Amino acid sequence: MPTITIDGVAYEVEAGRNLLESCLSLGLDLPYFCWHPAMGSIGACRQCAVVQYQNAEDNRGRIVMGCMTPVTDGAIFSLSGDKARHFREAIVESLMLNHPHDCPVCAEGGECHLQDMTVMVGHRDRHYRGRKNTHRNQYLGPLINHEMNRCITCYRCTRYYRDYAGGTDLAAMAAHDHIYFGRHQEGVLQSEFAGNLVEVCPTGVFTDKSLVHDYTRKWDLQSAPSVCTACAVGCNTIPGERYGRLKRVHNRFNAEVNGYFLCDRGRFGAGFVNSDRALEFPGLREADGRYRALDHHDALHRMMDSCAAGKVAGIGSPRASVEANYLLRLLAGTDNFAPGFSDAEQDLVNLALRLQQQSAAVTPDIRTIESADAVLVLGEDVTNTAPRIALALRQSVRNKAYEMAAGLRLETWQDAAIRNLAQQQRSPLFIAAVADTPLDDVATRRLSLAPEGIAALGQAVAAGISGAASATPGSTSGEAVDIVAALARASRPLVIAGTGCGSAAVLQAAAEVANALCSSGRQAMLCLCVPEANSLGQAMLAGPKAPNLGALEERARAGEIDTLVVLENDLYRRGNSAGIDALLAECRNVIVLDGLDNATTSAATLVLPAANFAESEGTLVSLEGRAQRYYPLFQPREERRPSWVWLLACMKELERPDVHSLHHFDDITRACAADIPALAGITAAAPDLHYLNLGVKIPRQPSRYSGRTAMRANISVHEPKQREDEETPLAFTMEGLNRSQPGALLPWVWSPGWNSNQSLHKFQTHAGGPLKGGTAGVRLLHPGAAGGHRISDITAPATAAASAAPDLWQLVPRPRIFGSDELSALSPGLAELVVPGFIELSPADAGRLGVATGDGVDVGDGIATLEVRVNATMTTGCAGYSAGFAGSGNLAPLARVTLQRAANWQRRPQLIGSDRGNGSGSSHV
Amino acid sequence: MLTGDCMSELIPVVSDGETALSAAEIALIDAEIAHVPYRSAVAIDALKIVQAQRGWVSDESLRAIARHLRMSAAELDGVATFYNLIFRRPVGEQVILLCNSISCWIKGCDTLQAQISERLGIGLGETTADNRYTLLPVTCLGACDKAPVLMVGEELHEDVSAQSLRELLAGSGDDR
Amino acid sequence: MSLDLPLTRNVRADRSPTDLKAYEANGGYRGMKAAIGKLSPADCLQIIKDSNLRGRGGAGFPTGMKWSFVPMDDASPGHKYLICNADEMEPGTFKDRLLLECDPHQLIEGMICAAYTIQADLAYIFIRAEYHKAAELLREAIAACYERGYLGNNILGSDYSLQMQVHSSAGRYICGEETALISSLEGKRANPRAKPPFPQVSGLWGRPTIVNNVETLCNIHHIIERGADWFQGLGLTEDAGTKLYGVSGRVKRPGCWELPIGTPIREIIERHAGGMEDGYRLRGFLPGGGSTDFLTPEHLDLAMDYGTIGKAGSRMGTGTMIILDDKTCPVGFVKNLMEFFARESCGFCTPCRDGLPWSAQVLDDIEGGRGRPEDMDTLARQVEFIGAIGNTHCALAPGAMEPLQSAMKYFREDFERHISGSACPFCDGGAH
Repeated sequence: MPTITIDGVAYEVEAGRNLLESCLSLGLDLPYFCWHPAMGSIGACRQCAVVQYQNAEDNRGRIVMGCMTPVTDGAIFSLSGDKARHFREAIVESLMLNHPHDCPVCAEGGECHLQDMTVMVGHRDRHYRGRKNTHRNQYLGPLINHEMNRCITCYRCTRYYRDYAGGTDLAAMAAHDHIYFGRHQEGVLQSEFAGNLVEVCPTGVFTDKSLVHDYTRKWDLQSAPSVCTACAVGCNTIPGERYGRLKRVHNRFNAEVNGYFLCDRGRFGAGFVNSDRALEFPGLREADGRYRALDHHDALHRMMDSCAAGKVAGIGSPRASVEANYLLRLLAGTDNFAPGFSDAEQDLVNLALRLQQQSAAVTPDIRTIESADAVLVLGEDVTNTAPRIALALRQSVRNKAYEMAAGLRLETWQDAAIRNLAQQQRSPLFIAAVADTPLDDVATRRLSLAPEGIAALGQAVAAGISGAASATPGSTSGEAVDIVAALARASRPLVIAGTGCGSAAVLQAAAEVANALCSSGRQAMLCLCVPEANSLGQAMLAGPKAPNLGALEERARAGEIDTLVVLENDLYRRGNSAGIDALLAECRNVIVLDGLDNATTSAATLVLPAANFAESEGTLVSLEGRAQRYYPLFQPREERRPSWVWLLACMKELERPDVHSLHHFDDITRACAADIPALAGITAAAPDLHYLNLGVKIPRQPSRYSGRTAMRANISVHEPKQREDEETPLAFTMEGLNRSQPGALLPWVWSPGWNSNQSLHKFQTHAGGPLKGGTAGVRLLHPGAAGGHRISDITAPATAAASAAPDLWQLVPRPRIFGSDELSALSPGLAELVVPGFIELSPADAGRLGVATGDGVDVGDGIATLEVRVNATMTTGCAGYSAGFAGSGNLAPLARVTLQRAANWQRRPQLIGSDRGNGSGSSHV
Repeated sequence: MLTGDCMSELIPVVSDGETALSAAEIALIDAEIAHVPYRSAVAIDALKIVQAQRGWVSDESLRAIARHLRMSAAELDGVATFYNLIFRRPVGEQVILLCNSISCWIKGCDTLQAQISERLGIGLGETTADNRYTLLPVTCLGACDKAPVLMVGEELHEDVSAQSLRELLAGSGDDR
Repeated sequence: MSLDLPLTRNVRADRSPTDLKAYEANGGYRGMKAAIGKLSPADCLQIIKDSNLRGRGGAGFPTGMKWSFVPMDDASPGHKYLICNADEMEPGTFKDRLLLECDPHQLIEGMICAAYTIQADLAYIFIRAEYHKAAELLREAIAACYERGYLGNNILGSDYSLQMQVHSSAGRYICGEETALISSLEGKRANPRAKPPFPQVSGLWGRPTIVNNVETLCNIHHIIERGADWFQGLGLTEDAGTKLYGVSGRVKRPGCWELPIGTPIREIIERHAGGMEDGYRLRGFLPGGGSTDFLTPEHLDLAMDYGTIGKAGSRMGTGTMIILDDKTCPVGFVKNLMEFFARESCGFCTPCRDGLPWSAQVLDDIEGGRGRPEDMDTLARQVEFIGAIGNTHCALAPGAMEPLQSAMKYFREDFERHISGSACPFCDGGAH
């Protein structure tokens, strides 16, 4: 480790880092703007200037930029000398020439890095007398607000958006002090990761539109550590609340899960929490079909009566917590508990779990994915099913560039230099999918294949790697040879597949490729995507023998179910509507616990309002098998209760012995861990209720939280006692200590002088490194431990035979980031971006059917009627459908169906420019 | 990226008109592409080629070029708006590039500019009503020994005096 | 002719271009023939190093040393590039235009020899957009060379091949900065790049690249043909070769002349430029373009070479002097330059993007009679803030501060008179 001297003090620092990172890691406050721990250095803002001395005799020194200066043994620096301080102050003064000083009305105010740095450098008096430059702002879509006048031209936005996330529709325009960051024309930012601009921008140019419209300062937000429920990646989040409303979601750093970034589904998809469709009271269906509101005691007794009376079955949910599902499974009994997947998905998720449990390959976290030097994606459109992984893949293809940089001894943080060196050279990324995917722009090749073709390709690759005699003959073998060569050259190859294309054979083929790589001596990675926040946990809980919805339907028809309890699950999105209708109709009592009104709650005899993720605690198991805990952000209103509270209370009333010793949330977690071997590790996901941070609880409210008494003054001037949190180590107050606790318990980041999210480095072991308190979550999968079963020992569920009936099309899921997830699609901003359900066809198939984009097509015999999208990359013979959309429940993956041009189809009207309101054209120059 | 047209359907198109590159433009651009490793590397050449044909680069032209180079319009616009000789607004038939750097300033380019403005009725960045001239400032034209200088179109005019300016602009402004 | 003036020997009085035939008749392409097939690239490099040729674009970096950083082993196979920087835009500089318009083949021959030395397989001439005539002449000359076998595959029957192309720019002064030029040639915004890595190892499209000024390259084949000693002997002082010197402003005969390097300033201004126009007195001059520090009449007897001018507190820069006379306002003079540099900032780094317009605004206030005494402190702080290489991303902004800081030193009373009198004493902004 090199030793450097800063202001006369010698420090040991990590080699290979730059001086800025090193200073921050040492706890020294060196201001900066353009550098970002995930994006490296470019030296644009010149804010992190320090003085470097040649040697001990040099007493003049010269200004260097901390972010562009490597730490070398014996180097001598000064941070606090006048020369450096005056320079840094002059930088802020220059940045302020055109900054509008509109902090009081700026959504960034109070968590603005520019404010922090201005205070830090001590700039106060303004000497500039000229006019300020002004810009016109652009409409950037329903999610992000644009206020260019605040811009300090640090280039972070375009570096993040274009260089890091691969977006192409945001660029730096014009030159000198007229630089403008915007789109060619106004319009929705196209990147699925655009929302990170809100956190990347050091001031208020890009702000969260929903926050702007329902505003609260950061210091007035009550926050809790949470986990995104919008897909199975399990990104860590910090939702913020005020007045019982969710105001915004920020990233919560987790070095292994999401780093610094979220996808837009996660960031903007929690708005359903504030929905006016939220259920507030229990409802009992009367004879006339109307619901009567009950208080929770009444509701509980009704539930108890129903459950005591006869045979109970339960349907859990992959979007509900492990604990709630576990209690329902106890209530209904193991044999009567369906995990709540669609029938097809249940088999696929079970298979994905088994393949990972039994593979010798590593199940990678996001950091490991980023380190992959060759990637094969089979069938899965990760940008639309597990978006954060797609962002990681965009980093993995840069390993080629890092390799080249190492040849020139360039440090990895030399961002611009490395990009200039590598230009468009990338590490291999092969994608086989039914049609185009948003990662195609960085792929070596993307092949359009039907699911069985994708599986065959995978088999051929696996065979090629094993050196088996000539790979499966067929049109794909040439491609397979290239893929085999790329994977065989790699030292950290990664194979990705998932449930997203609906094919067990594809999952199995992916596992075989990974296993073949492991057998040939490589440390291969296998990442299998599943759809929902707790899909994997649900498969672990329910086990492979659990009944599916179809089985319950049969039992219901046979009169074997009296009471059906449905946990946080709209069954109409899971199975065909006729089957669900029958299931619900055949049960005398249908008790549904859910947060929002939906088709299933509307069919219930008793509805219990369930708290959502922001109002309750729970454990979720992510696609990498990581159990993570989320915590309530605020108290549920009216009669809403966490599902586990409803279920536990009901079972207590029933005097069930198996819940006799369960009182707290932690007790359920422990019971579940003791009961279910696959979930044995979940108690370690986070500290229990008794954890104290140096003797005190962890505050959800920051120390500057204001207006606690005023908030309710319109109701009563007497301030009620703060609610005590009896279930978690967090407190609903500002009292306590938020420092160095385990990463799972970090409700917000703030440090004196660092009001913005840049304060995160104060919570990290070093700038950009893992959290001091440890990385949140616990891994439940221990790949490789099993020694690697032969994959062929595992029998995949039979895939529909590849019959080549000319008049039938194979339905293939085409998930969308906005729309395929039930709850996020109900968030106001995102809802604007959800397209109507669709069927994607190749031009040849569209021609055969005589349809064009915008026409309607009837699927099967009245299964659905959907809008046609002609896609030149679509595999002929396949019909891609809007999987997971409301209305797509009747469509089963890989089913072969007839298609027919829909009669009487009304084409949707086209929007015109004036519909948007707010309209000025391109606004730079 | 959302490669489908999902979101673009929601984006109201501000100006609907799209334009295609002419065969001649495409031929010239493709000849440049043959020399470079990436299509987008000829962005500046392509902008100049189209500008030479059309006088300036409209939004529609810019998008047509971007499509041909398989790059985004935003990225190309970032390039186009950086360079002062790519015109993103219409210009007159002739562009007067008036050198206002130091040697020409010493020799009275401000006076020259005033004379042009008086004669043509336009200031810097403006175009005459008859669309004949646009007046733009330009960096040192490298003819400082002949200051003051200006260019009209591709032609350099040296040692410009009130008299020679009158001859140069004959037929415009007051003389009409 | 008594003087040996290799660069301008084909320059005619009417400045008409020399074509291939005339060029060869006057000994052209002999340097190339002396190099390719006869000398190894390493031999050529040694000759250039021994000649002590320094870059003529402004910075004066030794050319041989610059080239020696290009990796020559076979460990990094692939393209290597030579780029001629013909983006002449430095205010007050008008020397490359002369070479480009009068003798295009001289540049091409120099480039062939330079490319051969570093074993580049592709050479670009990056020429500013406004040099239409020069670009046309170069394209014709290159075509003639291809036809003659001087460019293309297997030049002169050797195994050396070189392609050459003209790239006409789209404006912006910053393109003259070598790494910004590379960005521009890649079709991007012309932002300069941080060094290291230097273009010699990672330049155009990430490959080894050498960027040299027109005048520098025009020397190469002469040196290879006639030797390092000959070249060293051309200079009058410790610097080697000849230099194109120019004078603009209120002198009797503004112009550009090739003279032995180290010619005294007085000789250039008084003998070649004919001295000051009648009625004008010399107050100062920028010795080498708009981003060099002022010198004053007391410096007239200094030799125009890198070392001497450097010791006097300025830089020889491009060697083209801009004269400040006694009827031109020094504040207006500096303001004009500052506005130029502010407008031509690429906008990448803060001190340049925001600091230069601020400086220009203060100068505009002072020039317009709105200056305040504290403005002098603001300007001094700006000089300190922006003026050092390393404070900024590239050399543009520090260069912009050179005329300002020296004007504040030599013409301080002029600034103060503006402020105290709330008006420009030269009336009307000084230019007349």
